[in-house]
Amino acid sequence: MKQHPAASPADATVAATPPPARWRRVFASDLWHDFVHSRTAVFATVVALLCLCGALFAPWLAPHNPADLATLDLADSHLPPAWLADGRATYPLGTDDQGRDILSALLYGARISLMVGLSSVVLSVLIGVSAGLLAGFAGGVVDAVLMRVCDVMLSFPPILIALLIDGIGRAIFPQARDVLAFAVLILALTLTDWVRYARTVRGSTLVERDKDYVQAARLVGVSSWRLLRRHVLPNVMGPVLVLATIQVGQAIVAEATLSYLGVGVPPTNPSLGTLIRIGNDFLYAGEWWITLFPGAALVLIAMSVNLLGDWLRDALNPRLR
Amino acid sequence: MLSFILRRLAQAVLVMLVVGMGAFSLFRYVGDPVSNMVGEDASAVRRAQLHAELGLDRPAPVQFARFVGHALTGDFGLSLRQGREVSALIAERLPATLELAIVAALIATALGIPLGVYTALRRRHWDAKLTMAASLLGVSLPTFLIGIVLIEVFSVLLGWFPSYGRGTTVQLGAWSTGLLTADGWRHIALPAFTLAVYQLTLLMRLVRAEMLEALRSDYVKFARARGLPDRVVHFGHALRNTLVPVLTISGLQLGGLIAFSIITETVFSWPGMGSLFIQAVQFPDVPVMAAYLCLIALVFVTINLAVDLLYAVVDPRLRVHRASEGAAR
Repeated sequence: MKQHPAASPADATVAATPPPARWRRVFASDLWHDFVHSRTAVFATVVALLCLCGALFAPWLAPHNPADLATLDLADSHLPPAWLADGRATYPLGTDDQGRDILSALLYGARISLMVGLSSVVLSVLIGVSAGLLAGFAGGVVDAVLMRVCDVMLSFPPILIALLIDGIGRAIFPQARDVLAFAVLILALTLTDWVRYARTVRGSTLVERDKDYVQAARLVGVSSWRLLRRHVLPNVMGPVLVLATIQVGQAIVAEATLSYLGVGVPPTNPSLGTLIRIGNDFLYAGEWWITLFPGAALVLIAMSVNLLGDWLRDALNPRLR
Repeated sequence: MLSFILRRLAQAVLVMLVVGMGAFSLFRYVGDPVSNMVGEDASAVRRAQLHAELGLDRPAPVQFARFVGHALTGDFGLSLRQGREVSALIAERLPATLELAIVAALIATALGIPLGVYTALRRRHWDAKLTMAASLLGVSLPTFLIGIVLIEVFSVLLGWFPSYGRGTTVQLGAWSTGLLTADGWRHIALPAFTLAVYQLTLLMRLVRAEMLEALRSDYVKFARARGLPDRVVHFGHALRNTLVPVLTISGLQLGGLIAFSIITETVFSWPGMGSLFIQAVQFPDVPVMAAYLCLIALVFVTINLAVDLLYAVVDPRLRVHRASEGAAR
């Protein structure tokens, strides 16, 4: 999700010199220096980028198209990975019960997983940051109501809330297929996560609101909207960035969990979680590859994003410098 | 102190009311119970009649009051999927989930605290570092994957433990227990361990951090200076002082265990409340969802309340501080 730290607020403050070229500014920043000298961060980024590319370019990279029923051959079903006795080179990681190539299904599945994870994080950042700014800036009843909602939601495990919203969505749209099912799922993850951003942003907004530069801007006659957008917002985004990176990993795992439980993405567009669910039934028949390869892919994505998030949190924390 | 208790109690009741309102709106706005009761071709008159009989034509606040009244007596109506009393369905599944959660909590505590102490005392040795690295994996692995890997290794490859169901259970009045038979214990081993992994790693890291803190403190240095043996310093002085936060966290985690058992129960086909809830979400079966929601909320609110109150009793420094922070929050 984060290829280079160009957009971070730390750079803006670090590189106070007039911008010769945007890229030079990035390379001269403390954050970039930290990044290059942290083996974990570089390694995690490489792994995350590989996963991202694999998912993005799935149609060109995958040897088969798992959605194309014409290419499926039942005679090729239940094949083990290529390096085992009955394996074939055309199916490097083996095939499932319908003769689908696991590698291709995995690449396409990662695509769905990343799509759902990223869009739910983007949406919850939008909602959470707006709610946090509003609560911190407006105060009073708005603040009290929003924060009580956050209190209640934060006292339950996120997966439970996501399941519940998902269940309600399914009850409202019983015939949800494809697009609608995706919308329900993304909405469930979004409505679960936004409170974290709202909490963080409200806290920093309360601090920023009373600082001199905001008071000065207000005196000059800057409108509330512009004040929030141009002055307060850039200064509260640091923690949001860290939280969002970590939440990408969490959202992908949450999506996989919901799909594994059978209440996530529709089975016509399997995500990694759906693939693991399908493969689960064949575990007892000794066909471990159907479920364990998608599982490994999920862990790889989640861990690389988590490591990146941990590094970013430490790197942006001035107390650890 | 009294005002603190009252404030926390009021907050707990408020949370329960909010959750109850959520459950009520599920009933009221999601799906029409009447169309579930009568056929597609029922006349409009018959529908209106049923609406009136069920009290659905009354104002929303009146309906909500009735809902709360029924919920307080444990009456959540009939399951749409199975046509049975929701309270009976839940009562029948409750023992399985509680046994799973309690065994998991015991595993997490029995392994988490010693491992935390061990990694703190030997923090520069490779075995402690390896344990810490493994715990990182434990935190980031999704629960259902841990379960699947355990099934693959211990049921499919080694054949040591069965991978689904509760095995032989014994009926003790209304409570069916699997903890009195060897078969039941063999069945609970894998799911309980799966459920315990997350709490175990959390507990271990917490104990480690608290121990490291305690080992640096003056009273430990003083105890060493007095010439007390390591065993007494480590367990009598350092570990004892870490136990308050550790017990709090384990208490708070019990609710989390019950919630996370949804996933574990699905992986191991464990016949508990979690799998009942998942079936309800898939179907969708509103009364079961609403009842489960209220029950889980009750568990969470009770545990949070108990821990907060105990904390105030145990640690006098927190009394004033907590109360003022509670107002600010």
